[in-house]
Amino acid sequence: MSKLVGSVREAVQAVGLTDGMTISFHHHLRNGDYVLNMVLAEIAGMGLKDLNVNASSIFDVHEPIIEHIKKKVVTGLEVNYMGGKVGRAISEGILEKPVIFRSHGGRAGDMDRGAAKVDVAFIAAPCADDMGNMSGKYGPSACGSLGYAFSDAMCAKKVVVITDHLVPYPLLDCSIPEGYVDVVVQVDKIGDASRIVSGTTKITRDPVGLRIAYLASQVVKHSGYLKDGFSFQTGAGGASLAVAKYVEEMMEKEGIKGSFCMGGITGYLVSMMEKGYFETILDVQCFDLAAIASIRDNKNHQEISATRYASPAAKSCAVDSLDVVILGATQVDTDFNVNVHTDSNGYIMGGSGGHCDTAKGAKLAIVVAPLIRARLPLIVDQVLCKSTPGETIDVIVTQRGIAVNPKNQKLKEALIAAHLPVKDIRELKRMAEEIAGVPKAVTCTGRVVANVLYRDGTLMDTIRKKA
Amino acid sequence: MRRTMLFLPGNTPNMLINGDTLGADSIIYDLEDAVSPDEKDAARILVRNTLKYMRGKGCEIIIRINPIESDYWQADLEEVIPCKPDLIMPTKVGSGQDVQIVAEAITALEKRAGIPEGSVGILPLIETALGVEKAFDIASASPRVAGIFLGGEDLTADLHCKRTREGQEIFYSRCRLVCAARACGVEAYDTPFTDVEDMLGLEKDTQLAKSLGFSGKAVISPRHVETVNALFSPTMEEIEYAHDVMDAIEEGRRQGKGVISLRGKMIDAPIVKRATQVLEMERQMFGGEDV
Repeated sequence: MSKLVGSVREAVQAVGLTDGMTISFHHHLRNGDYVLNMVLAEIAGMGLKDLNVNASSIFDVHEPIIEHIKKKVVTGLEVNYMGGKVGRAISEGILEKPVIFRSHGGRAGDMDRGAAKVDVAFIAAPCADDMGNMSGKYGPSACGSLGYAFSDAMCAKKVVVITDHLVPYPLLDCSIPEGYVDVVVQVDKIGDASRIVSGTTKITRDPVGLRIAYLASQVVKHSGYLKDGFSFQTGAGGASLAVAKYVEEMMEKEGIKGSFCMGGITGYLVSMMEKGYFETILDVQCFDLAAIASIRDNKNHQEISATRYASPAAKSCAVDSLDVVILGATQVDTDFNVNVHTDSNGYIMGGSGGHCDTAKGAKLAIVVAPLIRARLPLIVDQVLCKSTPGETIDVIVTQRGIAVNPKNQKLKEALIAAHLPVKDIRELKRMAEEIAGVPKAVTCTGRVVANVLYRDGTLMDTIRKKA
Repeated sequence: MRRTMLFLPGNTPNMLINGDTLGADSIIYDLEDAVSPDEKDAARILVRNTLKYMRGKGCEIIIRINPIESDYWQADLEEVIPCKPDLIMPTKVGSGQDVQIVAEAITALEKRAGIPEGSVGILPLIETALGVEKAFDIASASPRVAGIFLGGEDLTADLHCKRTREGQEIFYSRCRLVCAARACGVEAYDTPFTDVEDMLGLEKDTQLAKSLGFSGKAVISPRHVETVNALFSPTMEEIEYAHDVMDAIEEGRRQGKGVISLRGKMIDAPIVKRATQVLEMERQMFGGEDV
């Protein structure tokens, strides 16, 4: 017996996909992904209509989905993140039904508890055997962890594995086992390796970014969490990584041994583990080649599912054990609410990803961002979209000062005692406006184009059509 | 307190508006070497506007102007003096007379702008063999002179030698500058360490400068600010000791003692002077709060 079929079309037929069903995709191949476009093109070619697409993220490479939406092949969209190209089209109103935005943890949780149903999951697998055992660690399109695909595999009624690296049965060291898989397809290429991960992720050289990172590291230092057993998550952006560099320097100086680091994993975090600053990496997603090599070769570098990473529906998840997370923001308001969904004009260009999950779970959630970005102040009276509630954010760090959420008075006192530039968030707002002026208010009054769900599935905010 | 003076090119808007956030005690907006001749006018306008709108952010502003042999220095001053920068840094200063020429030009512009005479200080950049030999004349040429600053790069070219990591070639010049500055009661500032990546080299070079008596050091990269600040700052032990010295003096005074000692050592005038300097730095670093 083999689950192998000859083409994507045969796979679609084999799983009985019909009009109106929900199909899902993961985003581990990021901006190098061929699979979502490949499957949708095939489905459109077969004349299927009215599909609901649940993709953990949509990147610019997925621009062809705009045409499928216009032709009603796709009539529903559920994502955790959406890049600017498709985001703009959605903001302009090409999709009648509002997009559902979730967080990474929220998506896994909603799938696991049946609130988000998937008929067919199409899983891009960098390596698989003909029975569907799959891994992201091997093959020409290796992406490392397959963390976001676990819930798709486990919860979808039918599962199609699409691979460009078919190996003899049984694939050793598989991530997701055959028991969940219905059909396997081999294709020429599932993605463009150069765009799946970057060669290396580099720490920013921008002095302002470095200044922000330095101040954030000082917040970590004086928060009291930087001690043996410390756990840490930071993003792959240059300034976030710079925080890791400063944290590493402090750990070296103080002889601190951390427990785990997590999140999107980069070579920098791998090197911190290899030097002994962290025991373990919990990896839901790899961002560069060094991370992929490490997850393949180092047993302390563990692949985790999105459920284990951040699902609020699970009895526990790793973000709940996190000490410190470093997060970004496009806008922050004076109640500490953060927007990572839209740009300052209200166009969709992002999404929560793990933002609200880690903010809620971590003991200390630090947002790092320049006070002024392209002439626009970071801090506003009210964010255009509430992606992460202010009560879960502890500190905003900018180059001109640090605002501490008033709920965290003790931390504020500790930072003031350490002579850090602590400022009221309204004072930071005023400083930015003094330099850049008060921006003209942006109003989005059209119909709702997206519903933003909090990680527990409740509606947190809506995004409206741009006029 | 000028532990660090950070150079920022006068033609980079993003750096100019954020310069005061980078941790340096002073920032130097550079209109000289960092700006090519065809961009001089644009840089002047940018620096002037930055001075106008970005003042009062808690960071001293120094403007490095072009040498008085050039065609640019007067236009530099005309643009920036009305905005009252803290200090003007004339370049390639070779004599006390050079300083006086700049000082007179500043005086005229201060009058024209209606700002009090003497508002703007001068920090001459000494970067020629002649300048080193005339350091005392330069430091004492005008009451506007707040300190003198050694520029190692141009100096080594003038000395016909190579600039090295260890800096043996400028050892004499460094000592001469410190001595001249102290003799005139002004500050002395050391040349920047130019290898941005070599943090160990920076540390050694800064330690050397401090040990020779410099009050601070220029830096060409924001990445050097923290190291130089740390090395030119008093340690917590020094701060505590300075507080103890002052407490002991106070206690001695109350008890009517003529000779006061602390930890078995007599407190004499140099100890008091040093303690006063440390406490002043503490005040500037931490706003006078208890540490």
